[in-house]
Amino acid sequence: MDIISMRSLSKDNVTSLIELTEKIESGSISLDISGHLVALLFFEPSTRTAFSFDSAIKRLGGQTIIMQETKSSSVQKGESFADTIKTVSQYADAIVIRSAIEGAARFASEIVDIPVINAGDGANQHPTQTLLDLYTIKKQQKTVENRKVAIVGDLRYGRAVYSLVYGLAMFNAELYLISPEHLKIRAYVRHDLDTMGIKYHESEDISAVLDKVDVMYVTRIQRERFAGQYEYEKVKDSYQITRSMVESASLKNNFTLLHPLPRVNEITTDVDSLPCAHYFAQAKNGMYMRQAIIASLLGAV
Amino acid sequence: MIKELKVDAIKCGTVIDHIPPGKVFKVIDLLGIGENDQVMIGTNLSSPKHGRKDVIKIENRYLSVEEINSVSLVARSATISIIEDFKPCKKTKIEIPDVLKGILVCPNRHCVTNSEPVVTVFDVEAKDPLSIRCRYCERVFGEEIGKANSL
Repeated sequence: MDIISMRSLSKDNVTSLIELTEKIESGSISLDISGHLVALLFFEPSTRTAFSFDSAIKRLGGQTIIMQETKSSSVQKGESFADTIKTVSQYADAIVIRSAIEGAARFASEIVDIPVINAGDGANQHPTQTLLDLYTIKKQQKTVENRKVAIVGDLRYGRAVYSLVYGLAMFNAELYLISPEHLKIRAYVRHDLDTMGIKYHESEDISAVLDKVDVMYVTRIQRERFAGQYEYEKVKDSYQITRSMVESASLKNNFTLLHPLPRVNEITTDVDSLPCAHYFAQAKNGMYMRQAIIASLLGAV
Repeated sequence: MIKELKVDAIKCGTVIDHIPPGKVFKVIDLLGIGENDQVMIGTNLSSPKHGRKDVIKIENRYLSVEEINSVSLVARSATISIIEDFKPCKKTKIEIPDVLKGILVCPNRHCVTNSEPVVTVFDVEAKDPLSIRCRYCERVFGEEIGKANSL
């Protein structure tokens, strides 16, 4: 089995991974993948996803070989992507791959015989991020089913968003998609949501939804997505969560604030100590979820 | 006076009729019809059903399923007749298949199919209007994909 896209996972797959993660975190199960080697191929730079996988594998007793960026690798010497993947698959028992090329992980999974995990392919998918997001929601909300979730920020270019929308749709979420006009989610996703019968609302205003949702998922708006500094500055502050905003809203009990990190200024640091802020715990949950994923794919469960 | 047929009959082979006007040259291109093939083409012929149509008759050649699929986007609802001894013995309508394999280029320039030796695969989610999804980058395209592929 591979983990390529939320669209290719079943609800059962997701639910069993969440259950396994719960057991790993609580310590009620102890998994061992010693003797296994996992290749982490990051064709695009990444710190936290690479560290998260590396920690997850090592905590299971496995070992890793890591390629970070491509400057020092044979890719720089002109070796094709396919050749790099095929060669590495001769050494490792599983491959984790991050690439700016969309569909790279699916292609990789077709040319090797070992499990492939997509750690982000361009603006397409980042399924392990979504799995850890769903696990975090389950933990905080006690259920993933029928949640009202706002996704805020850059909904056009963020892969975490694309994965998350399909993940939440499995659990019949009601979505509030909050973004500047030109960073709205792509039209085909709206079409998919309609087809799946998922309720969603689009808006540019965060404050109007704060008291409506169970979960707010904030993503970074990148400067380079704007024509100029002025346009960026104008939008930046209206997509910022501040302590006073959170404190003055009549939030739902259990309101959960999430962010895939890294954060720049979308959530001010004085929010971090509020009980609703779960983004650092979310990162830790990522390590547990990735243990569950790796152990399952290597047949250690 | 009875007008004569503008396009002669063939003894055996394939006739593709009711091609949208002006698209017959694209069909020739897609089928890889070369200098050794005996073909007759008609373009902008009057058609009671469609107003204008193109037609192509290919002597001694029978199209494979893959070949028919390859022209399905250009010659949507065209009819294919297999001719034996001047008589049509099998007539089918061209339909867009459920999967389009190796026919289209993905318009997403970040898609792996544009940088690696991958055969493109699109899953057809709706035929009218067209909605197809690239199996690799997972983006969905509509009728505009034809234009992006110069169809």
